[in-house]
Amino acid sequence: MADVLASLADIYTTIGNLLTRLFVDVLGASPELASGIIKFLGAGLLATSVLLILVFNIWFERKVMARIQDRIGPNRVGPWGIFQTVADLAKLFTKEIIIPDGADLVPFMIAPVISVMSVVLIWAVVPFAPTLIGTDLNIGALYFVAVSSLGVVSILLAGWSSNNKYALLGAFRGVAMLVSYEVPFVLALLVPVILSGSMRMGDIVRAQSIPFLVVMPVAALIFWIASVAEVGRQPFDVIEGESEIVSGYHIEYSGFAFAMFYAAEWAHGFTVCALMTVLFLGGWRGPGAEQIPTLGIVYFLGKTFLVYFFQVWTRAILPRMRIDHILSFSWKFLVPLSLVLLVLSVLADKLGQLYIPGYAVAGSFVDLLPRTALLLVVTLIVGGLAALWVAGLGRRERRRQEAALSVASIEGRAAQQAR
Amino acid sequence: MSEWAFIALLFVISAMLPMVPIVGGRLLGPHKPNEQKNSTYECGVETVGDTWVQFKVQYYIFALVFLVFDIEVVFLYPWAVAYNQLPLFGVVAGIVFIVTLAEALLYAWQKGALEWL
Repeated sequence: MADVLASLADIYTTIGNLLTRLFVDVLGASPELASGIIKFLGAGLLATSVLLILVFNIWFERKVMARIQDRIGPNRVGPWGIFQTVADLAKLFTKEIIIPDGADLVPFMIAPVISVMSVVLIWAVVPFAPTLIGTDLNIGALYFVAVSSLGVVSILLAGWSSNNKYALLGAFRGVAMLVSYEVPFVLALLVPVILSGSMRMGDIVRAQSIPFLVVMPVAALIFWIASVAEVGRQPFDVIEGESEIVSGYHIEYSGFAFAMFYAAEWAHGFTVCALMTVLFLGGWRGPGAEQIPTLGIVYFLGKTFLVYFFQVWTRAILPRMRIDHILSFSWKFLVPLSLVLLVLSVLADKLGQLYIPGYAVAGSFVDLLPRTALLLVVTLIVGGLAALWVAGLGRRERRRQEAALSVASIEGRAAQQAR
Repeated sequence: MSEWAFIALLFVISAMLPMVPIVGGRLLGPHKPNEQKNSTYECGVETVGDTWVQFKVQYYIFALVFLVFDIEVVFLYPWAVAYNQLPLFGVVAGIVFIVTLAEALLYAWQKGALEWL
């Protein structure tokens, strides 16, 4: 009985061992071949579940958006409309894939494939539970930054090969925005790497006895804003701006080629939530997750969906920003802020390590308290000053505009014109 | 090495996953091209001139600034991993590097590379 419970507690290892036994003992395969087959099955399962969870996510997003906008949302296909996405997929599957005149066929068809690949490949390094991770690369953090920037290539390929001015314009905007937000994204990602002293995703999760969201809330916020921009969601959805450039880079796509872009975008939205969970919210950590790895995935998915809910919320309530505002926000606010934050917090932390007794950089909740307190103070001071500065800037700008529109100034201008 | 084997497998599978439905959709869906349908969609207006027009130089400048930054940030990662073992001198050296980075940003800002004309 105890054996069964123990094997259920770590169900991932158990299943792996059972499969190895099946292949080696029953089917007579060599251990190397068995581990190869298991890797193949794992990769297949991972990739398909990333795309299958979309069926739920798209429904979830539409339902939440509908509630926020005081609508009902999809409610016809299946209970609460949950199979709406399945119906949409079936419809898209039988649609014609139109290849417009003058399109460059090879990049045109490769672009949707690359955009899906760039998202699915990220999941290779996401730890779902202590014993369940695709592959715990020692450069995991760098790997997912590298892989996710493949998405930029697919946008540029699609825009360039479509032979359409709107598509090209959308692609240019998209690339300018994505590369601009890559910088604060990568700078904010340095924070978990510094705090845990490793780029291995498993180690980053294990180092979070206190979630990094509590240690460095401003860095987490920068990471979140940059990741929403990386996905190209509202308020950063100038890539597709329906009312300006009629859908941007995927305007000429139809049928399943379009569905793949759509799927990649939605999957990317969910993926950055998973990354946020892993890097700042403690991933699979939760009460009892160390002893019972099976619980880990529950905590992981719970936190991820919480972050996803926030993303949908942001999406529903914020208007689209203008491209120059978006770029200025990244280069003139997020990048300087993350640089200042990085410099001050590293300096404070190193001085703390040298001069504060009982200052630990790793360990249990209690061990990490001095470091958390120090870094939290530094972060809040930097973030608070930045917020005050931005608020002052906004107030000055509003006064300037109000002064320009005031009765006195309008009358003054009228008098000047009359003269 | 076996770590990367998984990624190679995932690479192949993640390429197959979108390819199969696209090819399937091509086979299952109708295929009746005609002149009107295949023409470039620009809200119903006949498209004028070449598609690959000259674009704003600003896009290029942002890409250039990004390139400089991203390459420099990559150098910070080894420093970040080693951070806990570094002496104060090593940390200050890293900070000097970041300040140089910030100075480059200020320079680009002053030069007007970050303005959207």
